[in-house]
Order: sequence, then structure tokens, then C-alpha cells
Amino acid sequence: MTTLDLPPVAASGPAGAPAPAAVDPPRPEKRIRIGGVTRDDVLTVAGAATGSLALDWVLYERVLPFSGAFGFLICWYLLFLAGYYLLGRLQWNPMMVRDRLIAVVAWSSGLLVVGLIADQIGYVGSRGWEAAQHLNFFTESMEHTGPLDPLTSGGALNAIVGSLEQLGLATLFAVPLGIAAAVFMSEVGGRLARPVRTLVEAMTALPSIVAGLFILGVVIITFGFEKSGLAASLALTVMMMPIVTRAAEVVIRLVPGTLREASYALGGSQWRTVWNVVLPTARPGLVTAVVLGMARGVGETSPVLLTSGFTSQFNGSPVDGHQVSLPLYIWNYVKQPYDGMIARGFAAGLTLMGVVLILFVTARVLGGRRPGQLTRAQRRRFDREARRQRAAAAGGVARPYALPPRAER
Amino acid sequence: MTDAPLSSAPPADAPLAGPSPADPVADTITLPPVAPAPYADPRHPQGHPGGGSLAGLETRDVSAWFGTRKVLERVSLAMPAGGVTALIGPSGCGKSTYLRILNRMHEMVRGAALAGEVLLDGDDVYRPGRRPAEVRRRIGMVFQRPNPFPAMSIQDNVASGLKLAGIKVSKEERRDLVETSLRRAGLWDEVSTRLHTPGGALSGGQQQRLCIARSLAVSPDILLMDEPCSALDPTSTRRVEETIAELRGRLTIVIVTHNMQQAQRVSQSCAFFLATHDTPGRIVEAGPTEQIFGSPRDQRTSDYVNGRFG
Ligand SMILES: Nc1ncnc2c1ncn2[C@@H]1O[C@H](COP(=O)(O)OP(=O)(O)O)[C@@H](O)[C@H]1O
Ligand SMILES: [Mg+2]
Repeated sequence: MTTLDLPPVAASGPAGAPAPAAVDPPRPEKRIRIGGVTRDDVLTVAGAATGSLALDWVLYERVLPFSGAFGFLICWYLLFLAGYYLLGRLQWNPMMVRDRLIAVVAWSSGLLVVGLIADQIGYVGSRGWEAAQHLNFFTESMEHTGPLDPLTSGGALNAIVGSLEQLGLATLFAVPLGIAAAVFMSEVGGRLARPVRTLVEAMTALPSIVAGLFILGVVIITFGFEKSGLAASLALTVMMMPIVTRAAEVVIRLVPGTLREASYALGGSQWRTVWNVVLPTARPGLVTAVVLGMARGVGETSPVLLTSGFTSQFNGSPVDGHQVSLPLYIWNYVKQPYDGMIARGFAAGLTLMGVVLILFVTARVLGGRRPGQLTRAQRRRFDREARRQRAAAAGGVARPYALPPRAER
Repeated sequence: MTDAPLSSAPPADAPLAGPSPADPVADTITLPPVAPAPYADPRHPQGHPGGGSLAGLETRDVSAWFGTRKVLERVSLAMPAGGVTALIGPSGCGKSTYLRILNRMHEMVRGAALAGEVLLDGDDVYRPGRRPAEVRRRIGMVFQRPNPFPAMSIQDNVASGLKLAGIKVSKEERRDLVETSLRRAGLWDEVSTRLHTPGGALSGGQQQRLCIARSLAVSPDILLMDEPCSALDPTSTRRVEETIAELRGRLTIVIVTHNMQQAQRVSQSCAFFLATHDTPGRIVEAGPTEQIFGSPRDQRTSDYVNGRFG
């Protein structure tokens, strides 16, 4: 149906010269390497690095009256840049040298950041491993553990459960509120949208201790509820909601207006358009918004400090009694003068990082699915159906071009 | 701001100077009826919704404003049921605006206003109390740029109208509807094996036919197409034209096109819009397509269709 029947083109003259009768077997194809690093590039960097290290050592250890690792590293870096420039000038033109120099600076900044993160994680990891290697750290609370007990007793189960519950509740409150606020600002709009946006922006800068004070003042002092995981999750909600709102509004605004028009043109109401078109289209971004909010919430210490209360016991219920969370656990034990307690604090820090990592990966897996892609179960069901239809068609029940009238069935 | 009504809803006492709607309006161009439909929609033997019986569309004295600027001046046109009506004219003369007035999309633009009547099957779509969503479901629209929903698979795109309009159907009905709509849009053979893949992964022409299928799935009475082929390659254009030809007689189609050959190929009646820098757009001439292209009465029409300006 799609083939166009064009009149045959007459063989054109000289342009389409006939191929030579006998051709040599083609040479093996060699793929062109695009970009990549040549040996010269590597050697230039390495040469500049070693040369500057040697010079730095001479300067620092023999000539200059300073010492100290920090200054040594900074001097080494500056000398390295200078050396790289000189080495570059020997081989390349100024334009290219500047280009490479900027590339080297960019690379080294990136490496610096990665290095710092690795250092942080490594430090917490090595200090925390001492306590975290004992499985009881994840299965016991601190209820029966005294200050001088060995690391084989006591753990952070109470804090892990508390953190997860408080974060879960806070997410449950903050995400619908935040997305609803974002939908209001971007889809409904009107005169109220602007003050709401200003308020949300101001709230993102709210010091976290004030969020804690707010819940402490309103929920605990005024209404007289006791300190609990729920109160802490309310304080976390105050922290997380503006972040979710802001990020969600940005991604909702990115949804093309033509899709909304298409939806309205199909007879969709505003509500159904938002629910069926706008939010699904923005889903990957919304997941990022939620993750941003959760990442903010899970590490907050001051709001929970004022609202959850501290306990060394396991408390699975967020609604009655004090409930400790990981940041509070760390804060409490790291400042104690006992080595075992400090080790437990670091182990809790390591656990907190693990929780954050799991959250991020989960969110990526859930939200990263490409739009329109089906879950595996859906795909399997679809394939089954397709096979059945093919079988039916092969059995001679081929469908006519148009469907039979519905009344027939 | 002298004569622009402020609200986007039609003022009940719209400034309809001149003949009242009951009178035969002086410059309404009544087009000859189209030959009876070869076959009616088999799924709806008669009646609404989704009219098996064909519905025509007619506008009387439609004017439109953006802010204080008037862009359409008393456009009266009857678009015969079951036929294809082409709207032609240089760009900026208000064809898209006119089209969007027909299915109440115009009022969604901030500062937009209009006056006049749009009669779907004799009933004004701007009658107070009529829901825009209901009107839009009966008057579908295909846009210049293909805009399938990227977060939905092909089949979900086709069935999206049901979800958006809140129509509940069984699974089998849904599947049948997807297949019929895709067949009508001439896309079934190309996508039947990958209905669950994202709609955005199709080529431009396929995406446009997917959008047509999506519009057809809610069984509209009218299909509006705003330059549906201007973003497509010639082969895809031909496929869309074939689709239009097949749809003819099943529903009423109004198509805006800049391509004179296309207007001649697909339409039975034709209206020529023109605006100048200081006058709003209006219809210069309307009538059967052969007449507009063969023996236009107005000099400007003749110049335009023969490519001498615009
Ligand atoms: N959203 C809008 N706001 C203001 N003016 C508009 C808008 N859309 C169109 N116009 C103006 O209305 C006139 C008609 O536009 P349009 O209907 O898109 O013309 P056409 O489709 O015939 O090219 C043009 O002069 C255009 O500048
Ligand atoms: Mg246009």
C-alpha cells in the first residue's frame, strides 16, 4: 500500500558508470576511532604530574619554610597546571593548549568531588564497620546495653525502623500535598498562584530547627500530644513539602501544551487531563522530585530532635511513645565519651547512607521506566493475547477490514 | 476596546447587528448537499452519541478577537454533513482560529473572545449550559504537529479518548475499538505487532495517523484537521489523504491546508479566507471545490488558487 509505483528511471549516462568487471576482495574494514585519548595525551599529563610532584617536594621540604599536607597538595596542583601548560606549549598551538588546560581543570574538579565523596564514605565506612560488622547491630536495640558493653551487644534496629516509619509517613503526607500544590500553581493558576509560589519558595529556605519548633509549638505544646514518630514525621513533612512542590512544578511546566490541547480536544476535563496526561508525562521528573524530598527528610536531625523524643528502646508504633531515628541515634551516641558508643554512632551513619542509596535506586527503577513501556507482567499478558489472535487468524477467522457490526455479537 | 466582548463565553446578547439567526442570513453560503454516504458507521446504527447519522456544522456571523484585535469578521459557512470541507487562505487569515472556534478550543486562549453561532446538527455549541468537553468529544481535532501522548503506548493512545471522556468499556470492546480506529486511520498493518510500544517511537507520518485514530476512537461527528500534513513527508501525506478519502461519508471533515492540490484532491467544498493588515479575516468565496478552483467568481480567489499571491 505504501509502495509508490514510479516509472522506471532510465539508466543515467556517465554518472552511473558500470562497475569494473573484476574487483579485488575488499580490504578488511577498520573502524575509525573517534575521540579517545592518544598516548601523547596520557604522557603529557603523567609527565606534568611527576615533574610538578618532584618540584613541589624540593620546594616544600628543602627550600620553603612551610610544611603540611594541605599546602603541599595545593602547590602540587598549581605546579601541575603550570607544567602541563609548558609541556603543551612545546607540542600544540596556544588555542589547543588553552582548550586542553580547561579540560584538565574540569577533569580534576570532577575528580576532586568524587574523591571527597569517596573520602567521606570511606571514613564513615571504616569507622562504622567496627560496629556494623556484628549482625546484632541490625537486629537489636540499645535497651539492654550499657555504656561499656562490647559491640556484640546492642544495635540500631530501633532507629532504623523509626527512620523508615517517619520517612514513610512524611513522604505519604508531603508527596500528595506537594504535587497537588504544584498542579494548582501550574495547571489551575489564577490570582492565588503567585502568593502560593512565593510562600513555597520561602518555605524551602525555612531553617529546619524552625520546622521542629513549629510542630513542637502547635502539635505538642498547644494540642498536648506527646512526642512521637508521628510528630516527627509532621516536622519532616514541613521540610519536604516545599522541595517536592518546587521540583514538581518545574517538571509539570515542562509538559508540552500541545498534549494538554490534544487531551481537551478529545473531550477531557481539566481534572482528567491532569491525571491521565500531564502527571504520567511528567512521571520521571516527579519521581526525582519525590526522591529529592526524601533525601532532604531522611537526614534531618533538628526537627526530629525536638519532636520525636529519644528512647533506647524499640518502638514500632509511630503514634504512641518516643521513637528514635537514625540521625537522632547518631547525634546521641557520637557525643558520648565511650569508644563503643562512638563506633555505634558511625555504624548508624553508614546505615543511613545505605538507606539513602536504597531509596535512590528504588526510585530510579520505579520512575526510570520509559514512558509507555509496560511492566513485565503486562508485556507477557500482551504477548499471550497476540499469540492467541495469530492462532485464530491462522484458523481462517481472518477479520474483515472493518469490524462486524456490534449488534451481531 | 470598542466592540470586543470581554468574556470568552459568548455573550447572550452578542452584538449581532443585522439579520437575526432566524432570517436567512444574507451571506451564508449554502453548499450543495453531498451525495448520500456510501455507508454509515456500523457501530452506531442511528442516533447519538457518536452519531451514526451524519451531523453537519454551520456557523453564522462568527467573529473572533484576541484581546482587542479582531481576527475574524462575521464568518458564515455551512459545512455539509459527511463531506470534506477545505479551508484555504494565506497564513494569518484566521483559519486556525476559526477551526478552534468550532470545537470550543478558542476560549482556552487567554484574552480570546468571540461572537456568533456555531450550529452542530442545528444546535448551538455555545448555548449557555453546554459543556465544552461534550462538544469537543463530538468534534474531534487533529493538530498541525503530531502530538501523541508520550507516556502512553500506541493502544493506550488510541483508547485515551475513552479514559479522558470517562467512558467505560469492556476489555474486548476496547481492543476492538483500538483495532477499528487504527484500521480507519490506515495504521493497523504497520503497528499491529507493536501496540504496546510507545506512541512517540513512530515516524512523523505514523504519529499523525495515530492522532487521527485517537480522534476517531471517540466516534466524533466532526473531525477538524489543522494543516495535518504540513509537518509530513510526501508519502505520509499521501497516506493521510487516503485516510481522509476513506473517512469521507462516515463523518464530516473540515481541513485547513496550504496545499492547493491537496485541497482539490480531498475536498468537495471549499472556503477561501483572506485578511489584510488592517481588516480581520473573512470568507471571500466559498462553494464546491470544482467551482472555487475551476471558475472562481472573485478575482482574489482566482489569484490565490493559481498561486499568484499569498
Ligand atoms: N494566541 C494568540 N494570541 C494572539 N493573537 C493570535 C493568537 N493566535 C493567533 N493570533 C492571531 O490571529 C490571527 C489569525 O491566526 P491563525 O488563526 O493562526 O491564522 P492561520 O491559521 O490562518 O494562519 C493572526 O494574525 C495571529 O497573529
Ligand atoms: Mg494556522
